[in-house]
Amino acid sequence: MSGFDARPRVRVPRTASVDEVVLVRTLINHPMENGHRVDTDGNTVPRHIINRFTCTFNGETVIDMEIEPSLSANPFIEFEARVPESGEFAFTWVDDDGSVYEDSASITVG
Amino acid sequence: MGYSRRHTLAMGLGGLFVTVVPIRVSADAAGLIEAFTGGAEIVEGPLEITAPEIAENGNAVPVTVTCPDAKSIRILAPSNPNPEVCTVHFGPLAGRHTATTRIRMAETMDVIALAEMADGTFVQAAANVRVTIGGCGG
Repeated sequence: MSGFDARPRVRVPRTASVDEVVLVRTLINHPMENGHRVDTDGNTVPRHIINRFTCTFNGETVIDMEIEPSLSANPFIEFEARVPESGEFAFTWVDDDGSVYEDSASITVG
Repeated sequence: MGYSRRHTLAMGLGGLFVTVVPIRVSADAAGLIEAFTGGAEIVEGPLEITAPEIAENGNAVPVTVTCPDAKSIRILAPSNPNPEVCTVHFGPLAGRHTATTRIRMAETMDVIALAEMADGTFVQAAANVRVTIGGCGG
């Protein structure tokens, strides 16, 4: 049961110089039900959130984030990464229901 | 129209309420901070938290935390039903140790950032955000 389209989006520059620090912006569609909301029939909507987000570059960790229900719906996460060489960013979002949403972005360094 | 006896009493009660609330919040926050630090002392450090002074919509309040030497940074919204917001761990390829996200806020409060530094010490920073419409449902 998802009832939504978890469409991850990431934005990183296409090119950078060696060891440059680049801005990484990510967004994913997700209701992030915090377990407190009551629907129109008076029933509490069960918790259903993304509980972890990770970003790696060529297999090395950039950031790893534990997420709790107080993060907003459609989680937006922005951070900075250092790129030592050309390669690929890999992003994962882990859902409470066990689904893992993935995205990637490549960057040319030189 | 002058102030009646009833109005004056009501104002007095309002004043009492305002003074009592922060004590409750800080007690909650102290427990949450201790859960992250394990009771370690909090020292001065270069941790910055940026949030708007007034948030019209508590459903999505942008918050940025930055701390150059941090291993990880935790964000807390102590007056929320779920006070923990997120914990960011920085890996070897993190650039400047900074992160921006959007958080839910139930009411006006101090948003707290706690950083665990590379040497094992902890640094704390807070930003007061006035929330016009709460964003936690229920």
